[in-house]
Amino acid sequence: MSTGDRYLAAAYLVLFGAVLLYVALIALKLSRIERELAELARLTRERSGG
Amino acid sequence: MSTSLRNNGAVALALLAAVLLTLGLGLALLWAPEDADQGSSQRIFYIHVPVALTAYACFGWAAWKAFRLLWKGDERADLESYTAVHMGVIFGVLTLITGSIWAKISWGVWWTWSERQLVLFLILFLFYSAYFMLRYSTEPGPRRARTSAVYALFGAVLLPVSFLAIRLADQLLHPSPIFTRDGPQMSASMFFSFCVCLAGMLALAAALYTIELTGKRADANLRELRERLA
Repeated sequence: MSTGDRYLAAAYLVLFGAVLLYVALIALKLSRIERELAELARLTRERSGG
Repeated sequence: MSTSLRNNGAVALALLAAVLLTLGLGLALLWAPEDADQGSSQRIFYIHVPVALTAYACFGWAAWKAFRLLWKGDERADLESYTAVHMGVIFGVLTLITGSIWAKISWGVWWTWSERQLVLFLILFLFYSAYFMLRYSTEPGPRRARTSAVYALFGAVLLPVSFLAIRLADQLLHPSPIFTRDGPQMSASMFFSFCVCLAGMLALAAALYTIELTGKRADANLRELRERLA
């Protein structure tokens, strides 16, 4: 593998890595939203006496 | 647009992006001919240029949404403009990284200050990065929305300057424009591969924009609910 090929692979990996990182961040955000929603649902149930 | 429709749109865009990017990168790596001067390393072009053009598109979209907020008073446009700037900055980082890798192979350096195209893109990137500082230095509300919109709209002035820099300058290390009045400045197979990669990158940006916007709206709704229940 030539030096040019290695740099080419690095550039493509940067793009692939960025998309994977973004998916991981979105997954974290989604789990936080889910947790907060569950907390709000619990609060609402308590207030309505259910 | 309802949340479920938006989510279906995001799924469709993500699938379209996956298909187009797989096809485009396959064409770029296996079908498009090798550049006579730069060899295989020139194939970075098929991601670097689409990523850069996508960053311009995101900033342009942010400016359009900012304009709608200021002109029509459309409150939803604030979050849409903010999300577009967010996406533009992500694609801007990718443009700078892939561009640096290409510069290292072609010129032997990661960065050069003598290239107007590079410096102007960096200025554009830093300008939009500062948008977040402005946005989070003011309290949420109509004032923040209007200030952010004016800033995003002002950034649109930099877009043509940065985009046209490569055409306005004569002596450059940076490769010449890919499309001139005489048509594409490359072989048909190279240009076709580039177009597929560009379409894929735009679809990816649109999918990420839709997902990010849905997340930000869910966050805003949650915040409102929490305040009402407090």
